[in-house]
Amino acid sequence: MTTLSREETEALIAEVLEVYPEKAQKDRKKHLAVNDPSVEQSKKCITSNRKSLPGVMTIRGCAYAGSKGVVWGPIKDMIHISHGPVGCGQYSRAGRRNYYVGTTGINSFGTMNFTSDFQEKDIVFGGDKKLAKLIEEVEQLFPLHNGISVQSECPIGLIGDDIESVSKKATTVINKPVIPVRCEGFRGVSQSLGHHIANDAIRDWVLDKRDGQPYESTPYDVAIIGDYNIGGDAWATRILLEEMGLRVVAQWSGDGTLAEMMNTPKVKLNLLHCYRSMNYISRHMEEKYGIPYMEYNFFGPTKIIESLRKIAAFFDDSVKEKTEAVIARYQPMMDAIIAKYKPRLEGKKVMLYVGGLRPRHVIGAYEDLGMEVIGTGYEFAHNDDYDRTIKEMGDATLLYDDVTGFELEEFVKKLKPDMVGSGIKEKYIFQKMGIPLRQMHSWDYSGPYHGYDGFAIFARDMDIALSNPTFKNLTPPWKKVEAEEVKKAA
Amino acid sequence: MANIMIRQADSGGLVFYLPKRDLEASIESIEFDSPEKWGGELKLDNGGAYYIDPIAKPARLPISLRAKRLGAAED
Repeated sequence: MTTLSREETEALIAEVLEVYPEKAQKDRKKHLAVNDPSVEQSKKCITSNRKSLPGVMTIRGCAYAGSKGVVWGPIKDMIHISHGPVGCGQYSRAGRRNYYVGTTGINSFGTMNFTSDFQEKDIVFGGDKKLAKLIEEVEQLFPLHNGISVQSECPIGLIGDDIESVSKKATTVINKPVIPVRCEGFRGVSQSLGHHIANDAIRDWVLDKRDGQPYESTPYDVAIIGDYNIGGDAWATRILLEEMGLRVVAQWSGDGTLAEMMNTPKVKLNLLHCYRSMNYISRHMEEKYGIPYMEYNFFGPTKIIESLRKIAAFFDDSVKEKTEAVIARYQPMMDAIIAKYKPRLEGKKVMLYVGGLRPRHVIGAYEDLGMEVIGTGYEFAHNDDYDRTIKEMGDATLLYDDVTGFELEEFVKKLKPDMVGSGIKEKYIFQKMGIPLRQMHSWDYSGPYHGYDGFAIFARDMDIALSNPTFKNLTPPWKKVEAEEVKKAA
Repeated sequence: MANIMIRQADSGGLVFYLPKRDLEASIESIEFDSPEKWGGELKLDNGGAYYIDPIAKPARLPISLRAKRLGAAED
């Protein structure tokens, strides 16, 4: 299909919105936009971070998901208690594939689920006693953990339990940090507020705990902020940074530890990958400790080279030299990958609908493969994310914020992309429609996608999805014959 | 009154950030901008305006301050 013009895209939005009642139509219209890269401020064309409409199918998560699932969960040497009913923790357990090194159940607890399993009596009489007992048991069963975080689920806020006082008491008893996080699911409009709450909890309870302690620092200390090691992403990133001659002090929070976080205020530069979920703590460190932060993008060779040079510019010439050497070393590998996959993938069109940083960060990687992103959108972005996205997307492409199930389906039907990048909830809908889908939340059980090594896997995965012969055989043989006969008759 | 943070933008200007609402906007004009008196009315590029009590120019940005909103809430 040919790319739509601006008017056609606008007409498409209007057409899709027609089914809604007038009020809903007015509201949803603000969240859909045709991209114009010349616009400086996203606010003029798209509204974001608003409450989803009742009655539509939104794909958003809750504040608990943002805090326990995204920010706190990957910290491997801590035990994260899902305080409240059992479901929230159990149904989100280990689903995000935050890889880590360690022995699960001994010194790492990433894939385990700890919950206080609230019952009726805990709602009626309060769950503080249960929490205190739970912490005691955890300490006895898993003595090698380095701290506990209490991740509140909705009922904690509703019944007004005082988890702060329980945590304070428990800290003195077990002599390890016990951190209450007020990330009840009902707070805010999406998981975005959960990220913010989690960042604030880290700021208040973790970050300054080693201030003033001696620390052997080097001029090349950096921290990877906002990389959750999905399928090993943070490791792929770390290799590159270490080859540049930098010392990675902390990984936030994929494969990270509590001690790493406490040491982060001593680094020289914070490297921020997921801007949406960890800009808060980066801003705080910039103000309090004077550590500058820098956004970077490790998807696809073009963006990697750009980012590596930008990072190197913060340091002295030895790092710059090593950076050029790194770029030169990987270039043949990248050329080979592009030579292999670009002819197979060139000209294919992709639509994305994910969260966090991917709707804009992966555009470069697709472009390196000769593919084109014709529509993108975030589940829970704010205006500043769209400010950055507008520059990355082509003219007259489609932007959709907190898109509903119906709208996304209609857009895909009309725009007919060769591929969709979204999550598990969309996967089977689109595959049944005959469009290959790669899950871009969890890299579809593959990965890593960051860094040079990641790009090789990314390119292969996109080829696997697009060249899958299944999609040519969606019409069963008996229907195929009929279709041919009809054609003949006509 | 709300807590805000002002930081230096890469491009040279000032950036206004309101954590409570996750609002980031560049500052178009600042009423007083001299070493001994800095602050006053801030005009943002999103149409909003805030007032901070004038202080001596901070030695280092970013800085967190209390600000008053002037006019209606913007998006």
